[in-house]
Amino acid sequence: MLRIENLSAFYGEAQVLRDVSLEVSAGEVVTLVGRNGAGKSTLLRCVMGLHPGQRGTVELDGRDITRLPAHKRARLGLGWVPDDRGSYATLTVTENLTLPPTVGPDPWSLERVYEAFPALHTRRDSAATMLSGGEQQMLALARVLRMGARLLLCDEPTEGLSPLLVQQVGDLLREAKRHGVTVLLVEQNLHFATGVADRHYLLAEGRVAEAMDNSEVRSRERELLAYLGI
Amino acid sequence: MSGFAQNTFNGLVSGAFYALLALGLAVIFGMLRVVNFAHGAFYMLGAFGAYVLLAEAGVPFWAALVIMPVGLALLGMALERAVIHRLTKLDPLYNFLLTFGLTLILQDLVKLRYGVQSSPYETPSLLSGSVDFGLFDFPTYRVFILGFAVLLCVAVWWVLTRTRIGMVVRASTERPDLTRAFGIDVGRWVTPVFGFGIGLAGLAGVLAAPMRAVNPLMGADLIIVVFAVVVIGGLGSIFGSVAAGFGIGLVQAWGEAYLSNFPLVSQTIVFVVMAGVLLWRPAGLFGREEAPA
Ligand SMILES: Nc1ncnc2c1ncn2[C@@H]1O[C@H](COP(=O)(O)OP(=O)(O)O)[C@@H](O)[C@H]1O
Ligand SMILES: [Mg+2]
Repeated sequence: MLRIENLSAFYGEAQVLRDVSLEVSAGEVVTLVGRNGAGKSTLLRCVMGLHPGQRGTVELDGRDITRLPAHKRARLGLGWVPDDRGSYATLTVTENLTLPPTVGPDPWSLERVYEAFPALHTRRDSAATMLSGGEQQMLALARVLRMGARLLLCDEPTEGLSPLLVQQVGDLLREAKRHGVTVLLVEQNLHFATGVADRHYLLAEGRVAEAMDNSEVRSRERELLAYLGI
Repeated sequence: MSGFAQNTFNGLVSGAFYALLALGLAVIFGMLRVVNFAHGAFYMLGAFGAYVLLAEAGVPFWAALVIMPVGLALLGMALERAVIHRLTKLDPLYNFLLTFGLTLILQDLVKLRYGVQSSPYETPSLLSGSVDFGLFDFPTYRVFILGFAVLLCVAVWWVLTRTRIGMVVRASTERPDLTRAFGIDVGRWVTPVFGFGIGLAGLAGVLAAPMRAVNPLMGADLIIVVFAVVVIGGLGSIFGSVAAGFGIGLVQAWGEAYLSNFPLVSQTIVFVVMAGVLLWRPAGLFGREEAPA
């Protein structure tokens, strides 16, 4: 579904991604792990079409989207959960949810979102930035589900969440997968990652250092955690 | 007491002009991150256009009130497409050079054709005379301006806060990149928003024609205060610009009335207020620190 080939990204002179190639098949959940600063968020930005300094190709469903502007990529079914949660201060919670057009075959209704996230329903008329960090995480995830995005690009969706909420995020991602949604997930929590994902890429110094399956990650968990510095 | 009411009323009427102009500057800045130093020139064009339409073609005030804002909005959109949009990728210095240069060009074009003397514009007959409010009476035309400006500000507010277009504009203003990533073609909204802001300036100009001297420099004098208003309200804040517009109109009118023995103070009071506000709140009364894109 998603194919990245020889992707390089720069901030000015500094090269952050070096010839990254990876693939995510339809219906898969694939994680991207790596130290802080490895370039994971930059990679998601490149896929979304928001990073100006890049080289290489990005393909979606066999179609080259490298030159496609971000809003058109979103309309092809990409749903971004940004690392900073992407809450709008000038939009209410409901507006944050309904801002993106629905782009996929199976968008969640607002009622369904509020049923799944009662906390958001309670605060539906508040400015999104007034929510707690955890609630903003939920909002960011709920927003791409409401879009009906076919490919979710989730940037550390469990960061700073209580174990209970981490559990809920896991349930949601597994449910999305059951409905055929594809997920590229940036994740530092290896335990969580092996619980939801099919495969994993380790990004180190801007390169894909390793591709691993769940059993490999589990057996090397201690080594990987030490490497990630967690 | 009636003197106070008079001053307050006049302050609100001046404030209405400040609010309309500041509102246009705010929506333009929000969407384009461009400070439009040519805003006063479009205000002048609105007034001058109304004058020329009446004097040379017999087009009445009410028609000018529609023709000029629409015409100037179209001119603004054309300018945005032709040159303004190039500013987004350039150093802010070019923003100043281009829009200030535009001001000089527009002013001089008008000067070339019509000279620098002020032209009279008659108050439309429907709005001549005065309205009796019991204890005081106010000129009908000024009452009309105040009511019209308030209605317009409320309408803009309603569109921005209650409609999908308003939501898209708010989102694009706050975080353009993020908004693109949610499937919204932010670029498509830039030109109409610029045109809308220019149209508001033109409208304020038409409204000013019957009560202010119509001449090529009328915008240049006014716009300096409007920039102070925008800074006080918080650059880019819609609500702040309107509130500060009316507020500064009041402060100025009261200052002129009650501090007339201290001309230095009454003439600079707007900038004293601005300095005070900035010391207290660097982003302006209703401004927010810039969020990351
Ligand atoms: N806006 C920016 N300007 C310059 N360098 C940046 C910027 N954003 C990120 N970087 C650098 O790019 C590298 C990769 O960042 P990022 O993609 O955020 O990594 P990760 O998400 O894996 O922690 C880091 O070294 C970071 O310092
Ligand atoms: Mg990151």
